[in-house]
Amino acid sequence: MIVDLAFQLLQMTLVIAVAPLLTGLVRATKARLMRRRGPPLIQPYRDLIRLARKEAVVADGASWLFRFVPYLVFAATWVAAALVPTFATGLLFSWSADLIAIIALLGAARFFLALAGLDVGTSFGGLGSSREALFGALAEPAMIVIVFTLALVAGSTQLSTVAAYMVSSNVGLRVSLGMALVALIVVALAENGRIPVDNPATHLELTMVHEAMILEYSGRHLAVIELAAMLKLVLYVSLIVCVFVPWGLAIADASVADRLLGALLYLVKLALAGVALGVFESSIAKMRVFRVPDFVGAALMLGFLGALLLFVSRTLK
Amino acid sequence: MSAEALFLSGDAALLGLAVAGGVAARKPFAGTLVYGGALAICAAMLVLALVELLGRTNGETLVLPLGLPWIGARFRVDALSAFFLVVINLGGAAASLYGLGAARHEHSPGRVLPFFPAFLAGMNLVLVASDAYTFLLSWEFMSIASWALVMAHHREGDNARAGYVYLVMASFGTFMLLLSFALLASPAGGYAFDAMRAAPPAPAVAGLAFILALIGAGSKAGIVPLHVWLPLAHPAAPSHVSALMSGVMTKVAVYGFVRIVFDLAGPQGWWWSVPVLMVGAGTALLGVLYALMQHDLKRLLAYHTVENIGIIFIGFGLALAFKWFGMPSAAALAMTAALLHTFNHSLFKSLLFFGAGAVLSATGERDMEHLGGLIHNMPRTAFAFLVGCAAISALPPFNGFVSEWLTFQAILLSPELSSWVLKILAPAVGALLALSAALAAACFAKAFGITFLGRARTDSAKHAHETNRFALAAMFVPAALCLAAGVVPGLFIDALSPAVSDAVSGRMPAQAGIAWLSIAPIAESRSSYNGLLVFLFIAISASLAASVIHRFASNALRRAPAWDCGFPDSSPATQYTAESFAQPIRRVFGGLAFVTREHIDMPEPGETRPARFELTLGDRIWDLIYAPLANSVERAAVELNRLQFLTIRQYLSVVFAALITLLVMLASWP
Repeated sequence: MIVDLAFQLLQMTLVIAVAPLLTGLVRATKARLMRRRGPPLIQPYRDLIRLARKEAVVADGASWLFRFVPYLVFAATWVAAALVPTFATGLLFSWSADLIAIIALLGAARFFLALAGLDVGTSFGGLGSSREALFGALAEPAMIVIVFTLALVAGSTQLSTVAAYMVSSNVGLRVSLGMALVALIVVALAENGRIPVDNPATHLELTMVHEAMILEYSGRHLAVIELAAMLKLVLYVSLIVCVFVPWGLAIADASVADRLLGALLYLVKLALAGVALGVFESSIAKMRVFRVPDFVGAALMLGFLGALLLFVSRTLK
Repeated sequence: MSAEALFLSGDAALLGLAVAGGVAARKPFAGTLVYGGALAICAAMLVLALVELLGRTNGETLVLPLGLPWIGARFRVDALSAFFLVVINLGGAAASLYGLGAARHEHSPGRVLPFFPAFLAGMNLVLVASDAYTFLLSWEFMSIASWALVMAHHREGDNARAGYVYLVMASFGTFMLLLSFALLASPAGGYAFDAMRAAPPAPAVAGLAFILALIGAGSKAGIVPLHVWLPLAHPAAPSHVSALMSGVMTKVAVYGFVRIVFDLAGPQGWWWSVPVLMVGAGTALLGVLYALMQHDLKRLLAYHTVENIGIIFIGFGLALAFKWFGMPSAAALAMTAALLHTFNHSLFKSLLFFGAGAVLSATGERDMEHLGGLIHNMPRTAFAFLVGCAAISALPPFNGFVSEWLTFQAILLSPELSSWVLKILAPAVGALLALSAALAAACFAKAFGITFLGRARTDSAKHAHETNRFALAAMFVPAALCLAAGVVPGLFIDALSPAVSDAVSGRMPAQAGIAWLSIAPIAESRSSYNGLLVFLFIAISASLAASVIHRFASNALRRAPAWDCGFPDSSPATQYTAESFAQPIRRVFGGLAFVTREHIDMPEPGETRPARFELTLGDRIWDLIYAPLANSVERAAVELNRLQFLTIRQYLSVVFAALITLLVMLASWP
């Protein structure tokens, strides 16, 4: 019990500790590919600390909601991230919410961030909120149909059980899982506002989405929101990793050494994913906003096809 | 005294209140009398219904010598009606509470006060009726009373038209229910529900009765394409009545559907679930798309009721399929999801309509494009409304999420069904449900964001003031229940399990024994959710983050003009509007449901007139079904009009011809 609790807490601190590092790694990879030296890997930590130390400037017309939302968004994202198995399954609280609840938690974070974008009453904030609402309305059902696929393969919507099932040998190669993987990657790109959906590095550009929504934030509020965004990236990478590349994941009652090995392997996987994301982002152009629905819609259709195959093939086996 | 007799005396008291309200409408104490009385009676009946639901599961039939002479009027309260009595009287009590505060502002109390308790009595009577005659009579009484309330402000705007459309659709729905009951009644005329249960009709007849019940009850509940009256009629009534109609009366329709389809007719064919699932999924998606396009706050809420009815019907469709294929626990899961959503929707929809009513009375505006920034002047209303928005958008840890989660869990059981059609239909329904849930979140981000956040768009919004204590109480009670049902859903699931087992003769595993108040619909290894822990985790990590930041980092805060990328604008007209917020979604999904026409009038360079953008949104369903129907009725009426201008000789020959025709028909009757 105590050990389980310790590992649960370790996981919660781990995701938050590596989140800025992963973002730094993606930025560094992109910089190298552009033949720039780029900032050091730990630059995101410095940015966060600098932001947290500054005074927060809040717009005149902002309500209490504006100051409350960053913490809420952070909390919802953190709780969701804590429920995704990173290096071990069967953590103490993993049964308290399943994958559908994790998606809904992220949906709650998006809902409140969209409200914060509308709070000050500027045109940029509204623009970001409105577009985020559109992307969310497409990405969320895509995630749900991916969950259908995973749940039918593993017989559970509990992420721990799904991951444990994926580690075991009786998965095999399945078409549905391949479709789900592609769909999940597309959704992850869209949800994290990466190129080709949104550019996390832009400012003052009409195509931006997430950055427009949080334009009025500064100081500690901005730091918390940025950290939540970094955490979300870790969450999605962990999700993909624990379902599709689960090797080394310590299952329920593994020894402490196994779990530590799992943690090490997890960090390696995270680093690989970060580099891959950097390479991908450097090799593709950003889309027009109204192309994004096609892109995410394709993920929805792929995920749906995968789930449909499983629904229909249930009697055949 | 039996429970049935107690409920009937409650209804009689409500009717007495209606008469008193009619007599004393002009007196200053009339509002307090009617709403206070209705509140007391509803509260008493709520307690009684809870006792019935949790305690005794089977009522005994009470026969009163009213109505048709050879059957009398039969009344019975079983667990299913007890559950719906809880829903109706909870909503009724909240609406009465709101009414206590709103009565002073009512400019024509004589048009509201008599009908409000009568409407409540009608809904209660439908639920305790136990024969077709009493059921239909109470149903019509409920419709007429609510129609009178819709027409309360009949000189304003389009209200008279709304009332007319409502009356036509309500009569149509009752007619369908009448036919359905006629098919279910044995040829000997067994109009009592017991007799119908004892002698179930042949599958073909039962199937027809089922379709008629789907149309009849569905038109009252607001399924697409029979929903057209709903977004017209619900917003037209005074706000607490809108809450009753949207949050509560649609539940009576849902009850009618469950009673006829699950209890009296019973699924007699696997195909029964197919139309219900298709109608449910279509209703959910189209309902939320229509809602997203509205900028009238009350109409948005009314359209959104359509979506929620769709979600409830998806649950019913799944329950029908599972019941037919002999999977009682899965059927119980789907039914629990549907009934829990019924309960949840009555909570948050009432709450949201009260909020819209508070905004309306504070600003005189229903149009969101004229509102904005109300969170500053109406902080309590804004908070309660935000809770309602989060709950209806199915965000954890509120209650809307729990019922949608249960629906998803039920969908994940559908591969076990041995029917190809259902196997293909179920994931499609699941995807549409997920899509409409996500769109609902966008819809309520818009509803709250444009109305309560940003800067005030008009003076009336700027000078709004917080609403009265009664309205606040009426909002905060459902808000607290929304959180409670989301945090400890197991208690609510267990409470409604007698009603579920009445409908599908299966039960979900008891949730009370599961550790930490989790819920696990099938088994914990398969799926579980713990609203309490999620709520606590969010609360703890948010306060942890806040306290760490405030302890170790800067605490300073400065107010300054908005940054807005360095181009701050002084006019609140430059904010995003309700229409512009929904524009991307309209562009992507618009073709599905609307006929949109955008007209841009851009002046030539040098001209001084302003550029204009006009958008017209047409409802495809109205254009395709209702407009041709209305036109042909009108044409026929014009043709028939000639009959009014005949000579005596012509009239005589018409009468003679009719007589001959009838005699021939009678002679050739088998």
